[in-house]
Amino acid sequence: MITPTPTVYSVNDLNTYVKQVLDNDENLKYIFVTGEISNFKAHYSGHLYLTLKDEKAAVKAVMFAGNASKLRFMPENGMKILAFGTVSLFPRDGSYQLYISDMQPDGIGALSIAFEQLKAKLEKEGLFSPLHKKPVPRFPRRVGVVTSETGAAVQDIFNVLSRRFPSAEVVLRPAKVQGEGSAIDIAKAIKEFNELDAADVLIVGRGGGSIEDLWAFNEEIVARAVFESKIPVISAVGHETDYTICDFVADLRAPTPSAAAELAVPDKIELKGELLSLKQLLFNSVKGTINNERANIRAIEQKDVLRNPIVRINENRKDLVYISERIENLTANAVNLNKNKLGTLAEKLNALSPLGVVARGYSLVENKGKIVKSVADVSIEDEISMKLSDGSVVAKVLRINEG
Amino acid sequence: MEQSYEQSLKRLEEIVKLLEEGGLPLEKTLELFSEGTALITSCSKYLDDAEQKITKLLGNGERDA
Repeated sequence: MITPTPTVYSVNDLNTYVKQVLDNDENLKYIFVTGEISNFKAHYSGHLYLTLKDEKAAVKAVMFAGNASKLRFMPENGMKILAFGTVSLFPRDGSYQLYISDMQPDGIGALSIAFEQLKAKLEKEGLFSPLHKKPVPRFPRRVGVVTSETGAAVQDIFNVLSRRFPSAEVVLRPAKVQGEGSAIDIAKAIKEFNELDAADVLIVGRGGGSIEDLWAFNEEIVARAVFESKIPVISAVGHETDYTICDFVADLRAPTPSAAAELAVPDKIELKGELLSLKQLLFNSVKGTINNERANIRAIEQKDVLRNPIVRINENRKDLVYISERIENLTANAVNLNKNKLGTLAEKLNALSPLGVVARGYSLVENKGKIVKSVADVSIEDEISMKLSDGSVVAKVLRINEG
Repeated sequence: MEQSYEQSLKRLEEIVKLLEEGGLPLEKTLELFSEGTALITSCSKYLDDAEQKITKLLGNGERDA
């Protein structure tokens, strides 16, 4: 490069030359660089611009849209990352930069970051709110299952469902549960169930696996499909310790697919016990009513009128005799009373009778059939009759002496 | 089953309650009793006779866990 005659470069030539030097250095190709993000800028074009720095130094970096779109988390200022890329120079500025093709958070995995970010976002939107949780029906007629057709989970689910509640129909929609396109397929399956109204409750899940294997259940598209489902969704992803976004959005979270099946349907044995006790109650209550009725009938039977009609008639007859006797007595009394009264009256009457007066020595004087009460009633020479107790005397008036 | 298991069970519980409260004419009591026993029979039958039916919706499931 150094020649006896100095060469004069244009700035552009210089930068182009340095770019070539950098590009040809194998040590600067596909390298890993760790650092903290600063000056982060997500351009509307999808390119990401940032500065990677540590305690002593900084370097500019860029990640183009094509690579950036594959990131499962959104970089932020202050985030420590492990970047993978190639060093080159941007001729316009003369600054060298790291062209990042992939990156992941240093320390915790990229998936964990993505998980936390989506969780925070959906929580803020209210997708996990208890207000949106739909009740799971107690006796579903159809249980929809969205899982891999060939996995262990589907067998576990079928086994539990047929043991507990064979009366329900199981509708399986086989879905891809890991790898490329799995989230889309799961979301589609949930939508299909809703469009066809093909189940009363849905089990969405898969068996255990690595966080990458379970990743589809952490995708936003699945979360939204679960949230929008009119059919209640029971989420059953992996093992007890695995929590996915799908679990948070679902109406019910089951620790495993088998547990999901147990939550989806009632237990036949328990139901039979319930029926049996209802039957007992039914019989007992009717027995009670019938016993009451029987007691009523017995009470009616005890009454004389039904026991022996003759008794009742005799009793009536007795009553009749008593009444007639009583009437007779009353009548007799009345008659006696009157008899006595009559005797008294007769005596009184007797006392007043003129015959009675005559009997005591007085005589009754009549002139021409009329009782003589005054001297004026007679004239001299009248023949008057004097009634005595034992006959009468006829006499002639000789003289009248006025009183 | 003509009505759902849920509806049948609900009716059954209602009948038991009515009968336990009592005070109904004997005829009505017997009517409810026979409705109740019929419901118990059909519910038991629903639980016992069923063999799980599995249907499949078209999908594109793959061979994985």
